[in-house]
Amino acid sequence: MSGDARSADIIVIGGGIHGCSTALHCAMRGLSVILIEKDHAGRHASGVNAGGVRQLARHVAEIPLSNASMALWHRIADLVDDDCGFTCDGQVLVAEDDEDLGNCRTRVDDLTLRGFHHEELIDATELRRLVPAVSDACPGGVVSRRDGAAIPLRATQAFKRKAASLGADIREGVRVTRVVRDGANWRVETGEGAFLAPRIVNAAGAWADRIAADLGEPVPLDVIAPMLMITAAMPAFIKPVVILRKRKLSFKQFANGTVLIGGGYLGRAIRDENRTVLDWSKLATNAKTVWDLFPIMRGAPITRAWAGIEARMPDDLPVFGPSAKHEGVFHQFGFSAHGFQLGPGAGAVMAEIIATGSSNVPIDGLQISRFTHH
Amino acid sequence: MIAINAIDQLAEPYDIAIVGAGPAGLAAAARAAELGLSVLLADENPAPGGQIYRAVTTTPVAKRDVLGEDYWKGGALVERLTKTTASYAPGCTVWSVAPDEEGGFELGLSLGGRARLISAGQIILATGAQERPFPIPGWTLPGVMTAGAAQIALKSSGLVPSGRTVIAGCGPLLYLLAGQLAAAGADIVAVLDTTPRRNWLSALPALPDFLRSPYLAKGLKLMAAARGKLSFRTGVTALAAQGADKVTGVTVTRGGKTETIACDALLLHHGVIPGINLSNAAGCAQHFDTVQHCWTPTVDDWFASSIPGIAIAGDGAGIGGAESAALRGEIAALDAVRRLGHLTEGQRDSHAAPARAELARSLRGRRFLDLLYRPAETFLAPPANETIICRCEEVTAGQIRDTASRLGVTGPNQMKAFLRCGMGPCQGRLCGPTVVELIAQVHGVSPADTGYYRLRPPVKPITLAELAALPPSEAAVKAVVR
Repeated sequence: MSGDARSADIIVIGGGIHGCSTALHCAMRGLSVILIEKDHAGRHASGVNAGGVRQLARHVAEIPLSNASMALWHRIADLVDDDCGFTCDGQVLVAEDDEDLGNCRTRVDDLTLRGFHHEELIDATELRRLVPAVSDACPGGVVSRRDGAAIPLRATQAFKRKAASLGADIREGVRVTRVVRDGANWRVETGEGAFLAPRIVNAAGAWADRIAADLGEPVPLDVIAPMLMITAAMPAFIKPVVILRKRKLSFKQFANGTVLIGGGYLGRAIRDENRTVLDWSKLATNAKTVWDLFPIMRGAPITRAWAGIEARMPDDLPVFGPSAKHEGVFHQFGFSAHGFQLGPGAGAVMAEIIATGSSNVPIDGLQISRFTHH
Repeated sequence: MIAINAIDQLAEPYDIAIVGAGPAGLAAAARAAELGLSVLLADENPAPGGQIYRAVTTTPVAKRDVLGEDYWKGGALVERLTKTTASYAPGCTVWSVAPDEEGGFELGLSLGGRARLISAGQIILATGAQERPFPIPGWTLPGVMTAGAAQIALKSSGLVPSGRTVIAGCGPLLYLLAGQLAAAGADIVAVLDTTPRRNWLSALPALPDFLRSPYLAKGLKLMAAARGKLSFRTGVTALAAQGADKVTGVTVTRGGKTETIACDALLLHHGVIPGINLSNAAGCAQHFDTVQHCWTPTVDDWFASSIPGIAIAGDGAGIGGAESAALRGEIAALDAVRRLGHLTEGQRDSHAAPARAELARSLRGRRFLDLLYRPAETFLAPPANETIICRCEEVTAGQIRDTASRLGVTGPNQMKAFLRCGMGPCQGRLCGPTVVELIAQVHGVSPADTGYYRLRPPVKPITLAELAALPPSEAAVKAVVR
């Protein structure tokens, strides 16, 4: 869908799930959009993450955005004409001991006081019912029953295709080199010439700090490479996604039997080469956690391990909302290894803010000003 | 030579770690060790030789003329290595190679069900070739296998397929194998040659070199041996394996006519291509070689890859055959030794001069063979929609074409997310080249513009238990002590 127009109402920089979702929602509101992506849509974090669609265990500042997004995930096929491989079998945080379970109770009580009810404390019996294969030592946990998982690259590309079908101009393989003010417009300079728009969205993921710096809003963005590994098909033994609190683990079995193991152990990111290097010692620790928790997995062959290139902010919260400095600039990056679930809703909220100036979904605590106003 | 039989016998760090004990790896290991460096040669097979000299020290095939005189040349390479101080680890799988942060490399290995991380200053990948995937309808039936697989059974165990055997495909190895199997007593009812006749046109300009090459005499001998005794059918344009639970016949189309030949075994072969999984997963740049029509790691005159410190020797960096592989191993080793500061550039160059001269001779005529035996488009990108392309995930040609056109998928990495092709345990070894051809065909672009899978370690599976028990690397232990 690449026409010859060099200007639009909005330019979105970055074709991850956030950029594609914002482009789609802007197009749904009748705005003209150009999306500029240096590789292909979903090439990095959005395409190679664990695919968790999780409200469970989120920071309270993100919960409104996450709730808005979850509503969209549950009707994702209506939104993007593709089910994105979304399945809803819940996510379970397993408490490894009584102290851990006590912390779970405190968390759920706190959420209840704040008016959030998606997390539910479960005892050993319910845990065993949901996750029969879990080690006998675990006394309970927390479940978020509407959570699930999707296929990341497929989902990201579905957003891209739907946006394109509504007229968004998707430019893949085009790298932004500079962003400068040009009268009433922003001029986005790329390897293939300049594009103009009165409003721009910085959804450039692990490269978003460079765009922000161009705009005079430098941020302390850390480029990280969270690692994942997957096994050959095992007999079906678990439906929900399982996470832990004390040790790092995210654990999911797909319908085809393969088991995805993650948890946020970091490899080395070489972002200028689009490359990552794995840290096998940390993956060994990751494997040991699974070995302890799921004895059934001990003989599973690990067939692949990889890492995505991703942005992390010092407080592990995204930068989301209007620029603190410029009219017509919006930031949507730094999702700190948990942005995939937020993609659909964040795009909708961003488009609403761009089109109407505000949104009913609170985004307090996520603005860029927390880093730039010192 | 120091034999490594258990993983804790590895005495890291090594100056040079070499992966694969075929001709390239054997020669590289011997040369580097002779120059006084500490060398580890890791190989996943139980005995040295690689594929071409597989089981050369252990084969039960006693009659020398069954496997041919060239096969036995591998013995000398093994003999040379045994006289050095190199460590040789058979049954040892290298599942990861990655640069560390100090200019060296970390290798992940498994031996005897235990994994370990070790470090080395330089890496030479000598992982050799694999057969080009040859997907036809029914190729997943029991009784259908690659010709190379049949050759493995012959070399390592003295076995030949039982019952009526059909061999189909093209390339010099097809004739070699037909001859070897016939000599070993197989009942070969037909050899079906798929070489496209028009290939002669493109190959003709390369003919003069071929006529002056060592290939000529060998080739004529092979042809004479095979053709004299066997039923050859040329000009084959379509093949399909028939059968319900196992192969019972093969349907052959030649000159517009189709017939079915009853058989109990069907051996397929479409030439060999570089085995790129380890170099690709390590991050080495690769390109599409239009003459050999395959993805090939990009190397310089010393077989150094795009990653300083990783060289790729032998057929893993372009098909050249056994003799050239050994010479390329030798040359790569000299450069690795130079990089470690044990040879000057001048010393390296003069040591390498004789091998370079030999190499040029051994590769002469290769281009003619590559062009003549390039598989036809119809076999590279199978037209029948029901043909299974990715065997691990059972993805068909029709699904790949449909997804490429309907969803606008432009490359194999994106295709993984939609169809899971290439995501099984073989990591695309058996589907990668075909998936690329199919996508390229749909979009009317070249395989080079379509790209290839980004492959991931472990390039061969390891168990969760092995990984969970992984001891900390020496480097990690030192880091803690500091």
